[in-house]
Amino acid sequence: MPTHEIRRAYKRPAISDQQKRRELSLLRQQQNRFDAQSHARRLASTLLSFNQPPSSSSSSSEPHCISEEHDEGDEGDEDVYEEDNDDDQLQNGTQLNQIKDVRQASKLRGQESRRWFARQLMLPEWMIDVPDCLTLDWFVLARPAGKRCFVVSINGTTVSRQRNGSVLHYFPSALPSGARTRENSGSAQSYCILDCIFHEMDQTYYVIDILCWRGYSLYDCNADFRFFWLNSKLSESGACKPPSHYHKYRFSPVPVYNCDQSGLLSAYTEKVPYVKDGLLFYNKHAHYQSGNTPLTLVWKDEKCSQYVIDTDSAGKVPSKQQVVLELQSDGKVTTSDDPPVVFGCLDQEFLLKSGLSPGNLLRFSISDGGLTFVDGKLEKADLQYQDKPNRARAFADSYSKAISI
Amino acid sequence: MVMEITQILLNAQSIEALARQQAENTLAQFQEQNLTSFLLSLAGELANEEKPVESRKLAGLVLKNALDAKEQHRKYELVQKWVALDVGSKNQIKTFLLQSLSSTVHDARSTASQVIAKVAGIELPQKQWPELIGSLLGNIHQLPPHVKQATLETLGYLCEEVSPDAVEQDQVNKILTAVVQGMNANEPSNEVRLAATHALFNALGFAQANFNNDMERDYIMRVVCEATLSSDVKIRQAAFECLVAISSTYYEKLSHYIKDIFSITAKAVKEDEEPVALQAVEFWSSICDEEIDILEEYGGDFTGDSEIPCFYFIKQALPALVPMLLETLLKQEEDQDQDEGAWNIAMAGGTCLGLVARTVGDDIVPLVMPFIEENITKPDWRQREAATYAFGSILEGPSPDKLTAIVNVALNFMLTALTKDPNSHVKDTTAWTLGRIFEFLHGSAVETPIITHANCQQIITVLLQAMKDTPNVAEKACGALYFLAQGYEDVGSSSPLTPYFQEIVQALLTATHREDAGEARLRTAAYETLNEVVRCSTDETAPLVLQLVPVIMMELHKTLESHNLSPDGKQGELQGLLCGCLQVIIQKLGSAEPTRAVLLQYADQIMQLFLGVFACRSATVHEEAMLGIGALAYATGPDFVKYMNEFYKYLEMGLQNFEEYQVCAVTVGVVGDLCRALEDKILPYCDGIMTQLLKDLSSNQLHRSVKPPIFSCFGDIALAIGENFEKYLMYAMPMLQSAADLSAHTAGADDEILEYTNLLRNGILEAYSGILQGFKNTSKTQLLLPHARHILSFIDSIYQEKDMDDAVMKTAIGVLGDLADTLAASAGSLIQQFPSCRDLLNECLSSDDHSVKQSAEWAKLAISRVVSV
Repeated sequence: MPTHEIRRAYKRPAISDQQKRRELSLLRQQQNRFDAQSHARRLASTLLSFNQPPSSSSSSSEPHCISEEHDEGDEGDEDVYEEDNDDDQLQNGTQLNQIKDVRQASKLRGQESRRWFARQLMLPEWMIDVPDCLTLDWFVLARPAGKRCFVVSINGTTVSRQRNGSVLHYFPSALPSGARTRENSGSAQSYCILDCIFHEMDQTYYVIDILCWRGYSLYDCNADFRFFWLNSKLSESGACKPPSHYHKYRFSPVPVYNCDQSGLLSAYTEKVPYVKDGLLFYNKHAHYQSGNTPLTLVWKDEKCSQYVIDTDSAGKVPSKQQVVLELQSDGKVTTSDDPPVVFGCLDQEFLLKSGLSPGNLLRFSISDGGLTFVDGKLEKADLQYQDKPNRARAFADSYSKAISI
Repeated sequence: MVMEITQILLNAQSIEALARQQAENTLAQFQEQNLTSFLLSLAGELANEEKPVESRKLAGLVLKNALDAKEQHRKYELVQKWVALDVGSKNQIKTFLLQSLSSTVHDARSTASQVIAKVAGIELPQKQWPELIGSLLGNIHQLPPHVKQATLETLGYLCEEVSPDAVEQDQVNKILTAVVQGMNANEPSNEVRLAATHALFNALGFAQANFNNDMERDYIMRVVCEATLSSDVKIRQAAFECLVAISSTYYEKLSHYIKDIFSITAKAVKEDEEPVALQAVEFWSSICDEEIDILEEYGGDFTGDSEIPCFYFIKQALPALVPMLLETLLKQEEDQDQDEGAWNIAMAGGTCLGLVARTVGDDIVPLVMPFIEENITKPDWRQREAATYAFGSILEGPSPDKLTAIVNVALNFMLTALTKDPNSHVKDTTAWTLGRIFEFLHGSAVETPIITHANCQQIITVLLQAMKDTPNVAEKACGALYFLAQGYEDVGSSSPLTPYFQEIVQALLTATHREDAGEARLRTAAYETLNEVVRCSTDETAPLVLQLVPVIMMELHKTLESHNLSPDGKQGELQGLLCGCLQVIIQKLGSAEPTRAVLLQYADQIMQLFLGVFACRSATVHEEAMLGIGALAYATGPDFVKYMNEFYKYLEMGLQNFEEYQVCAVTVGVVGDLCRALEDKILPYCDGIMTQLLKDLSSNQLHRSVKPPIFSCFGDIALAIGENFEKYLMYAMPMLQSAADLSAHTAGADDEILEYTNLLRNGILEAYSGILQGFKNTSKTQLLLPHARHILSFIDSIYQEKDMDDAVMKTAIGVLGDLADTLAASAGSLIQQFPSCRDLLNECLSSDDHSVKQSAEWAKLAISRVVSV
């Protein structure tokens, strides 16, 4: 017998809130289960990398010393890296990718640890045009001149690492878990991660972003909140105080402005205690993500930066502008973007003769032909191979940097 | 062996409780002691024309209940008992039953036809009782109309009971011929015609072949359409019900008839009695359902090889269909908004209009706008309400581009109407329409915001004001606020609602305290809106959400105290809402470090309240309290162990709750939360939990949807307690293995079964994953070695089936990695024996799904260590 009345929901939402509560709980449980499994697996990956023979130069435990020279002492290590074949790199990359947690990563040693840390920084694109809603959606700050660093305080030590992953300083600091003092030791859970620029002249770490504070991850927080958190927490911790026995270097926040006219003017012209090197723009809604992102931008001109033009290793301005590109297995040379932008292709004969291998970074100068654009896309680049760049370099230039030259 | 049971059956219907009780006991005893004699006696009573109608009817019903039960397990038992009876007795019972169909007593015939269908439901699939259909069809040609009517009724029930593949096509043809003839306009008896029309409704599922044949289909359609014109309202209604059923079962066969059907339905909607008109509207709603499904499935681009083409019936009928539906909107009933059970032509018409909008999108807007503009300011409330309802109905479907400008103009009008319209019905619909505006045109996905800094305050003021109106209007205002909040769910760190947060929360709490909050779901709506406001709140208002914790706790505390005095259903409902609200708050505050610490200061008290709630018997409340406890365990972490002794008995109760399976399912999920929170501290409780979970798995009574999560839960436990899982291996592994064997192949399964199978596979694989990871780096990994081959062959077979979804793929590739990781070299040689593993790995490595890829990279790493690639 048919039901005589077919009723449908009338003026009711399609799903009840109770069902929604159920589903959200399930979702949380699924996510937690996946996290628990990944955690178990991640521990495994770390162990696997430990099981590999440690490289000789970095097997000894690191002393608590300042070791700017440390990298240079690691030459042999770098060579191993250069000679790694493609497969091995892929293999290793996979392994390192498993490590998402700085607590695990800080147990890594030698080149592995450098390569892990080299991937962690968020890298700005060069500002080629003005983003829509600049005034509403963006922050601006005057970038301090100096070495960009990834600073981790954990288990009573603070370590700063440069863009290529190499250690700049091991030192005690007033950051949470940053020194072995009674009030500051904390548990392994209360580590911090900061994105800084080390300014040589006043020996200060200028903090330009915050990723973790006392184990509380801010990766998934937007820039708006991260800056708020940075400003409220950093001074609280005592890290902004002048150096002392258990606090080797001073930390300092950088004034952040809204991108309205007065903010831009302040960032551009206002006096700051450091040498400026361009302006950094942060999209307020963007999360912290490692690698190149169009959601942070850098602008340099003569007025706000003394480094507007690249210098060579001797500090001289080269006669022609240069660009560093990565050699691919098919002979193409590309930028560090994802996906990479192809700038040109080396012929096989040249490759054989030069002994270059895929993955190598190569420095080119841009010849008289310059860069030609069609419909906003790079059509042709007149490149001249120069040499391999400084070994400490971990990345090719990004497209936005190459063309803003 | 036929016993005299007339008196017992009459006593069983006595108004005296004692006599009734005795008679029921006697019958139960009789059934228990001698089933054959019991069934024979009942069938004999039913067939005996000299017995009183009351005892005959009850005999039939008791007989029916001895063959079938709602509960699956019981049903299976009864069927087994019938099958085991001796053939002679069964034949005698069947003879009695068929004989009863010719009875002059209507109730006896009608009951007999239901019992016959039940017996057929057992026997036809076993190829028994082959002569049944023949002898029924023989009846059709008998003269007395009442026999013909009973026989057609029996055929209808039979088609409802038996699946189409249990009946041979030539018998199907004969049944359909008999039924359609019975429906024919020249059938003199209306009773026969009605029975035949009902029978056709049930037989439509059998008519696949006949609907594929143009001539037969034309004939059936003609007869059905003619029946919609019968002078008997019941026949007209039944005929329209057939058309509704045809529209969903044979959508792709309708194009020849759709014009005629439109004329018929339009006439019925306009002129016929309401039960008929409702079915005529339902026909179009059903067509919308079909076309929405098709368009969703194919995303609008059809090719010749689409399984079911879309005929765009709604689009073609649009210019005539929309005015027809708009007309119905003016036929509201005076108090329909106060009456929970109301369903009338205006409601059906508006609902259909909403479906039409979803089907055709933008095209509906110009057809409805003139109606709205003409009526929305009229003095007659019916016109204003109809216009508003029409507007609210078309907000889902058309593109925001098409609607934004209109809504921007309408918004102010609506806000004014909600404050000032003298008619409550109009306000109700206005508040509902505002909710629809916020649901579909407000949120981060919408480009041009409807709600701006300029009007946000006014909107909130009006909604909060409306929360003081009659309960039904207040409930709709809560609903509108729900979607207003939802639109800001991913607004970032700063929400436009922040300045009003306190005021909104206060207004919602006030609404829950209204004396009439029990009417029109108001209290429920207010709490649900509070939940959504909390879920979508930002860090800015975290301190205010924290303040809400003691408030809700106090409310819950009050219900626990008064519960002792007056245990009634309303109290339970309120407890459920409060537990739900606490759960949402815990989940919100527990997810961020700074607020989590403050929340945990209340953990002891919250836990005490939840435990108090378990004293209440309502399933909904238990489920809500369980969900809350899960969230609390997650927020608390290892410290949760201090509550375990007290909580454990309720956990066990939850796991034993077969009947209210949602409670069982939620409790299983909470076991997972506990495992992750307590880790190895859960060990002392694992014996009890595992025993219960294993019992659940072996039970026929437990709803199947709970089984996949139980398997996943094995994995959670193993991951938490590591090698201590050893003692459960001998029980868990065989269960996993047999479930794996069952779910490996899905040949011929429909979508629903495939979906369930994939859930089951996922649960099984999650169990393996947890067990493997749990045993890693222990001295007992060799205990898992004997199972490795089976795990691999399970993954191999589901890979070969090519029907796993992304979730299963992710878990499967993860298990492969876990296997290599835990069993090391021993797994290596085994993995190499399954070449599909490599294919699976490669497929996963190139998956578009990030999490599949991530698991695959893990697996690649682990496998590369034990297998030389």
